Amino acid sequence: MKQEVATLGSAARSRTSEAPAQIAARRRRVEAVSERVLEWLIRLCGVSAILFVFGIFFFVFREGVGLLFGDFSLRKFLFSTEWYPTSHSNVRYGVLALLAGTASVTVTAMLIAVPFGLGAAIFVSEFCGKRTKESLKVVIELLAAIPSVVWGFIGISVMNPLIQDVFHVPVGLNVLNGALLLALMSVPIMVSIGEDALKAVPDSFREAATALGATRWQVVYKVLVPAAKNGLLAAVLLGVGRAVGETMAVLMATGHAVNIPHSVFDPVRTLTATIAAELGEASVGSPHYQVLFLVGILLFSITFVVNLSADLIVKGVRKG
Amino acid sequence: MFTTTPLIRKKQRNELIAKCVFGGMALAMIVPLIVIVTYLVVRAAPLLSWEFLTTNPSGGMRHGGIWSALLGTVYLVTVSLLIAAPVGVLAAVYLNEYARESLFTRIINLAVVNLAGVPSIVHALFGLGAFVLFAGIGRSILAASLTLAIMTLPVIVASTKEALAAVPVSFREACWNVGATRWQTIRGIVLPNSISGILTGVILQVSRTAGETAPIMFTGAVFFKKIEEGDPFAYSIWDQCMALSMHLFTITTQVTEAPKALPYATAVVLLGAVLSVNASAIALRSYLRSRKKW
Repeated sequence: MKQEVATLGSAARSRTSEAPAQIAARRRRVEAVSERVLEWLIRLCGVSAILFVFGIFFFVFREGVGLLFGDFSLRKFLFSTEWYPTSHSNVRYGVLALLAGTASVTVTAMLIAVPFGLGAAIFVSEFCGKRTKESLKVVIELLAAIPSVVWGFIGISVMNPLIQDVFHVPVGLNVLNGALLLALMSVPIMVSIGEDALKAVPDSFREAATALGATRWQVVYKVLVPAAKNGLLAAVLLGVGRAVGETMAVLMATGHAVNIPHSVFDPVRTLTATIAAELGEASVGSPHYQVLFLVGILLFSITFVVNLSADLIVKGVRKG
Repeated sequence: MFTTTPLIRKKQRNELIAKCVFGGMALAMIVPLIVIVTYLVVRAAPLLSWEFLTTNPSGGMRHGGIWSALLGTVYLVTVSLLIAAPVGVLAAVYLNEYARESLFTRIINLAVVNLAGVPSIVHALFGLGAFVLFAGIGRSILAASLTLAIMTLPVIVASTKEALAAVPVSFREACWNVGATRWQTIRGIVLPNSISGILTGVILQVSRTAGETAPIMFTGAVFFKKIEEGDPFAYSIWDQCMALSMHLFTITTQVTEAPKALPYATAVVLLGAVLSVNASAIALRSYLRSRKKW
């Protein structure tokens, strides 16, 4: 026991006998190394977003690629309306009807959301006072926070009977129902991006126009909208991206019918809803399972292109 | 002094019309929010109680409460937060403090934007392919949380970047001038001065995660699972779990003859959790903006 203490003591003495300069140098070395490690970690996290985007493409493609090598026609996949993935005699995977479903719901939603979203953006940015503006932005943020499954539930429990009563149609789960929900869901993003775009127009533009005697409305439609049109377009595109990718609300509210709709009162099924509804039943590795992953790749590509063009419109034009 | 000419009157009228139309459009967003929330709360009122939160669903999910779903959501949110927060904050630190303006950073920013735009169901496919099958984690809370973490990463990156950018450059310059390294500056000056803004982003991520359904449907959430009532450690991260969002979907679409108020009550709990978390983030942010030192 005593010996132990003695050796410990001598070790401590030998450590303290080291020159202070050496200790400082060692500490600096340790710090330099740990800082370098940390910087690498930060860099890694920085590029992680790129890794994840590629990872998403890679892993989704990996699960679905098996189907492409078999008896698979891309032309039939894209241009046939026959989606019979579980048929015993003749399995057919044509996504045209699903694409039509997505397109019809998205377009109808945008017909409602674009005027309201941009109108509200103009009101928030140009027509109201500071206090109103702050509280409106809070409401918009809360509206954006409502989970899509709650929207879907609202579609089933509130909109469904409402649409039946107002339009005297037998089923309320249809294109119109889904589109109304999607409109409410994509308006917030349009308002916030659209407001940013209007805010980016220099105040001197407004002042110059006002000095010439223009009213605020004239300033908006003669000066601001033309000046901010790229930003406003990007706002619309991001709204479209949101609507195309939305899953739960359209799964619950559009009714399950794989067909090309002829009116807004027809039930449809979108690409997203198809994956959500059928993936649970398809066994891992089966052709049905693989084709759902291919539908996923199709969706990924559509939203990628939409988001990319929104980004290019905003940034590319600002540079040029 | 001025007489109102017809032209001025016309201008005033147009101005008024424009203001009313745009104001009406803005109003058209508020009204549904209030009407819907009120309607849901009124319909849910008979069932809402402490017992509803703390008992398991029973009788084919036609009776009982939402305990196992509520706890599952808490687990999913916590685990995904533990994954997404460090990665997201460090990514934002890289983008704001280290990276120079270049094509590469532009690509990273583009990737962040696109990650936010990837449909939630595609995230689900990715989670199934990458975590459940490829990494061999299996359907579990961990796999579902990883999927959710990647999905909500852009929320944290965007708000952290904003918080970091709000710290004046002169703070950093002062710190560099006394000989601090880049990391010392970040740790000593930049992060302490932006921590509250970062926190806001983290809270927003929590509210987003709690409401997501599609990404967890195939990666770890199940229709029904019975757990010990009142035990907060009833799940392990390798278990599958129930989740509030998934539970709402199930009892709305799959369960027939459920009492009318049951789905409403579930929806109100989910909505209440998400909106209150979100509102607290907004309150925190506006409080911080009001007492900013510089």
